[in-house]
Amino acid sequence: MLHLSYSDYAALRAHGEETYPHECCGVLLGKAAPDGNRVRQIVRAGNTRTDSAHNRYNIAPEELIRIQRQARTLGLDIVGFYHSHPDCPAQWSQTDFAEAHWVGCSYVITRVDQGKAATTNSFLLTGTNEEDKKFLDEPVEIEVGSVENEQERGQP
Amino acid sequence: MKINIPTPLRAYTGGEQMVSVPGATVAEALQALTGAYPELRQHLYTGEGRLRSFVNLYLNDDDIRYLPQKESTPAQENDELTIIPSIAGGCRRYL
Repeated sequence: MLHLSYSDYAALRAHGEETYPHECCGVLLGKAAPDGNRVRQIVRAGNTRTDSAHNRYNIAPEELIRIQRQARTLGLDIVGFYHSHPDCPAQWSQTDFAEAHWVGCSYVITRVDQGKAATTNSFLLTGTNEEDKKFLDEPVEIEVGSVENEQERGQP
Repeated sequence: MKINIPTPLRAYTGGEQMVSVPGATVAEALQALTGAYPELRQHLYTGEGRLRSFVNLYLNDDDIRYLPQKESTPAQENDELTIIPSIAGGCRRYL
């Protein structure tokens, strides 16, 4: 299960609306726990696929390294990624699967219909190598109004 | 040199996110890494011994593919090598 605060959930969906009709993308920072990946912070990333941004995304390795250093400073790990599918289902595509290499991480996809965020789904990449990897449907728990969580996150 | 291990590969380094290995070049450091953690090899290299296409290697802030000596680039003790798998996708299918 992916654990996500409501504010992060809303923020990644809003990102998809802002970049529509292009795909947005970003990174989920947090900790892996026995009951799933727990997101503590999301980080927006740029989509370098300017040649086909309406149906492809790519995060520059340099930006990913910067985000990974940021995570290390915060005592967090990269536990997943998110991107949007403009006017396409919130399901992983063959491209998403072929380009997925972070086993154990959550891949969150939001369908954005005509500029409005619709369904958001998460898929956990499992397996031991490139040959046996697979995406599993991953339930998402939205943590709403948890005072403790919001305080821990440094928000009022 | 220090090697930064990405989240999905830490299962093969005993959970370590930063590993220190000896080596006068990037290639030697990688050899030392896979020597110490043999299970990493199949995740970094193809069966033919080539670095997998989705594995990016950065020596400090430089992509080693664009360094003149590539993996033969000399490495200092304080250098940091980052292994970072690529992130990409999109709703369009491959054609």
